[in-house]
Amino acid sequence: MLAQDRNRQIDRPATHRVWRTVGFPIWLYLSWYRSRTIRQKRVVWAWTFLSVPLLFYVVIRFYPTADAFWLSLHDWNLLSDMEWAGMSNFGRLAADPEFWQVFWNTFQYLLLGTPISLVIAFTIAYYLDQVRFMHGFIRALYFLPFLTTAVAMAWVWRWFYQPVPVGVFNNILAELGIAQQPFLRSTSQALPSVLAPAIWAGLGFQVIIFLAGLRAIPQSYYEAARIDGVSRLTILWEITIPLLKPTIVFLVVFSSIGFLRIFDHVFNMTTNDPGGPLNSTEPLVLMIYDTAFNGFQMGYAAAQTVVLFLVLLVVSLIQLRILRDR
Amino acid sequence: MTATLDAAGRLGAGEGGTARFFRTPIRPGRIVMWTLLFLGGITMVMPIVFMLSTSLKYPHEVFDLSLIPQEPTLENYIYVLEDGRFFRWFINSLLIATATTLSCVFFDSLVGYVLCKFKFRGRYIIFIAILSTLMIPTEMLVIPWYLMAQSFGWLDTYWGIMFPGMMTAFGTFLMKQFFETVPDDFLEAARIDGMNEFQIWWSIAMPLVTPALSALAIFIFLGNWTAFIWPLIVTTDSNLYTLPVGLTTFSVEQQIDWELIMTGASLATIPTLLVFLFFQRYIIRGVVLAGLKG
Amino acid sequence: MQTARPLLLGALAGLAMGGAAGTANAVEIEYWQYFFEARVNAMDQLIEQFEAANPDITVVHRHFPYADYRTRVAAAIPAGEGPDVVQLFYGWLNDYVDAELIQPLPTDVFEPAQIEADFFPMVQAMRRDDAYFALPTAVRSLALFYNERLFEAAGLDPDAPPQTLEELVSYAEQIAETDGAGNLTTVGITMGMTAQDHHWFREILVRQFGGEPYADDYRTVTYNSEAGQAALDFYVSLMTEHEVSQIGFMDEPQAAFRAGRAGMHIDGSFRIGALERTRGLPWRVAELPAGPDGIRSNFASYWVNAITTKADAERYDAAVRFMEFVTSPEAMDLWLEVVGELPARTEAALTDENTNDPVFGPFIRGLEYAHATKFANESDQRGEMMAMVDRIVLEDQSVEDSLAQAAEAEQAILDQYYE
Repeated sequence: MLAQDRNRQIDRPATHRVWRTVGFPIWLYLSWYRSRTIRQKRVVWAWTFLSVPLLFYVVIRFYPTADAFWLSLHDWNLLSDMEWAGMSNFGRLAADPEFWQVFWNTFQYLLLGTPISLVIAFTIAYYLDQVRFMHGFIRALYFLPFLTTAVAMAWVWRWFYQPVPVGVFNNILAELGIAQQPFLRSTSQALPSVLAPAIWAGLGFQVIIFLAGLRAIPQSYYEAARIDGVSRLTILWEITIPLLKPTIVFLVVFSSIGFLRIFDHVFNMTTNDPGGPLNSTEPLVLMIYDTAFNGFQMGYAAAQTVVLFLVLLVVSLIQLRILRDR
Repeated sequence: MTATLDAAGRLGAGEGGTARFFRTPIRPGRIVMWTLLFLGGITMVMPIVFMLSTSLKYPHEVFDLSLIPQEPTLENYIYVLEDGRFFRWFINSLLIATATTLSCVFFDSLVGYVLCKFKFRGRYIIFIAILSTLMIPTEMLVIPWYLMAQSFGWLDTYWGIMFPGMMTAFGTFLMKQFFETVPDDFLEAARIDGMNEFQIWWSIAMPLVTPALSALAIFIFLGNWTAFIWPLIVTTDSNLYTLPVGLTTFSVEQQIDWELIMTGASLATIPTLLVFLFFQRYIIRGVVLAGLKG
Repeated sequence: MQTARPLLLGALAGLAMGGAAGTANAVEIEYWQYFFEARVNAMDQLIEQFEAANPDITVVHRHFPYADYRTRVAAAIPAGEGPDVVQLFYGWLNDYVDAELIQPLPTDVFEPAQIEADFFPMVQAMRRDDAYFALPTAVRSLALFYNERLFEAAGLDPDAPPQTLEELVSYAEQIAETDGAGNLTTVGITMGMTAQDHHWFREILVRQFGGEPYADDYRTVTYNSEAGQAALDFYVSLMTEHEVSQIGFMDEPQAAFRAGRAGMHIDGSFRIGALERTRGLPWRVAELPAGPDGIRSNFASYWVNAITTKADAERYDAAVRFMEFVTSPEAMDLWLEVVGELPARTEAALTDENTNDPVFGPFIRGLEYAHATKFANESDQRGEMMAMVDRIVLEDQSVEDSLAQAAEAEQAILDQYYE
């Protein structure tokens, strides 16, 4: 009995506390809600629906963005106190030859990757669109690499690139009596070698999108052109490509962002010397990762992320500008 | 043949059955073109085929260029699966990708719906604010996220891996686009029937956009299944690695045993390939929908 | 925000540790290290012995994944939590001292002169002014691994590994094999600054060719000298002139050796375990070959134990006693047996049994003349070594220029750190 009493004594304030902190606000909210008009009620519903997502966007998106800018103005190695550094991290970047190499590499990924992949993808889609026999099967073959994991495929390609006696490409070259190529062990071949699997994996997606774009072009345009006796090349230039513009804009912007942010392939294909040899494959994201999580120079790394942000922003805006105008 | 943007749907459903301008007679040029396309397709899958075939080889056969192993063996798979790590990483990836997908499908469509169908002050600002996050690259946020995870004790937890991806601006935008196609009359009718707003969204509006939901789900799932940089940063305990991060560690450990690395890579790839074989149509349609509208 | 973070960390750490509070009369101290199975086992055994001998002290042993270790320590100690005795890599000492995470060892118990008499000389890197800040239980050094079968196939005597750099080259020439197209299929010796070769170059080759890699307590780069050039010339000639090796062969040096495709391979004592697990590989170990003037040198690295600034009052006394115990000869013997790492005290290391051991012997003999580089940032400094060699072999830069450039870049890293 004594125990029961004690329980009750503890219970009563506990329930009261629950009521005070949770129940009462809910009750208040509901009674306030009931007194609203129908239109006001809908607004209340909207904000209720948005409450959790807004919290998420503020805490997980906006605050970290601001934090990244804030950090970029400080020096901090996680061990010591954060120190105000003003713009010195950006000054240090501008004076760092490695950064400029990385900056140029990042653009090389973009400048090689986007046009090459789009031209190949468009060519495939253009002809595949005209094929009926085993269309679905062939389309699936091209699409399959898109579903692979970049990490897994980076290792497969890394194996392909090894010198003899290991690598597939060099063994094929040796069988053909051609001198072996250094691939990943060369400052000129390494970047294209790392880029190849990235293009390969993205191709399927681009082909599918191009196919959809091609099919959305009204048949009547072609009919009219045929009646006029226009050559096929002219049809391609004058009708198909202009009408595909929305698709092309989307793919250019989308794949450019992808190539500017390349990381998984580089990281996994150059684990011995990340971004090597001689930083010739190092993209900006890898530099950020290395500075932040190997060097623990959080402020300097944050400054690099700010640069990445600006690069993406500027490149996307320029592309949209140019492609929209044409 | 109509020419609407719903070409996407047709693309998924039809296997090229419609009579089209260029697809008339069989000419030699056609055959050459088909053969080239076919060979190109075969070349595209060669890396995958090489990977699979090497995973079935004994070490001494690995540097042989033949695609069919002379003595196929499952020994590599047994070796790789024996210590249980791959199974663990597989489950981790599956759990994380599933939970994130469910969360995104729920919240992205909820927010997309609100922004599309509710009129209230601040709606436009919220929409722009959410959309603007598309311009912020994940890589910019990993450092703040890492610091956040560190101070909240989220490092090396499932939640730590998942929290940045619980909602996406891309999905919100996609779903808003699709809810535009849902007529307001439907919703008004339900409102007159006395349904509350949540019920209207969940049981009236949502079923009308299922193709979009599945497209979103496919994209989010695939994105999380292959995600690398954030799980790499936030996990240090190998029990919590996702498949890609585990595969990296595993491959670095093995280094020379390419047949084991290929086995690991195959284990990471086979599930998505299988899923693709069964749901090819939906996946391609989903990719197109998400790609074109998003 | 600057202040909010530590506060928050402290609160969280406090929650996490709250449950582990000790009993009133016994002193409880915490020991932290990173997770490596053998090390954890060894430390558990040591703690058991220590507690049996000191019933008034309890040692709580915690371990963390390697990648996370540094940040955890850094977060915990300023918040008044975490370890009283902590294990850290010798190269991190400066960071820990500067951030006031660790405190000097009491000079009455750990008398600098006595330490210098008892321990191998590279431990002196742990001295700051008049006191030691940390001491190792075990150390690791380099040696030459070689493949017995490839030696025999080349008509070399596996009982007579190369004693000089000249012999090393000639042996490598006899072992290396090429295919019809001139591609190497077996290398005489592995090469790659990614692995241990940067230590070989800095602390061994440069000294063997008559130079000094650094001056001013490792704050000034001095390998940009004639000796340095000769050393680098020698290293690069393995690939360019003698063609007995290739950087990137089989992807990684140790991989080529494990695959039986490399005659010789320079690596650390920590590789022994991996090689023991490699089936069918007849490997043996020899001391690193001597230089042209007969100079021998070696590189050592080690993990040290230190007392953190969190330990105060009776916990400090307990921590001192624990430190004494883990740096005792008995602890070192156990560590060698369980972990396979070499004792840091000369007397414990240089027993007849150890020096004559076919595997440990060459490593232990190497300790007597080993140097420990004080790194400001090991991975960046190694990166400069990699770039130095790559510039020569991939971009045809002259040895002289590349060495000068590397020295300058490494000096910049040091300056940035010590500014």
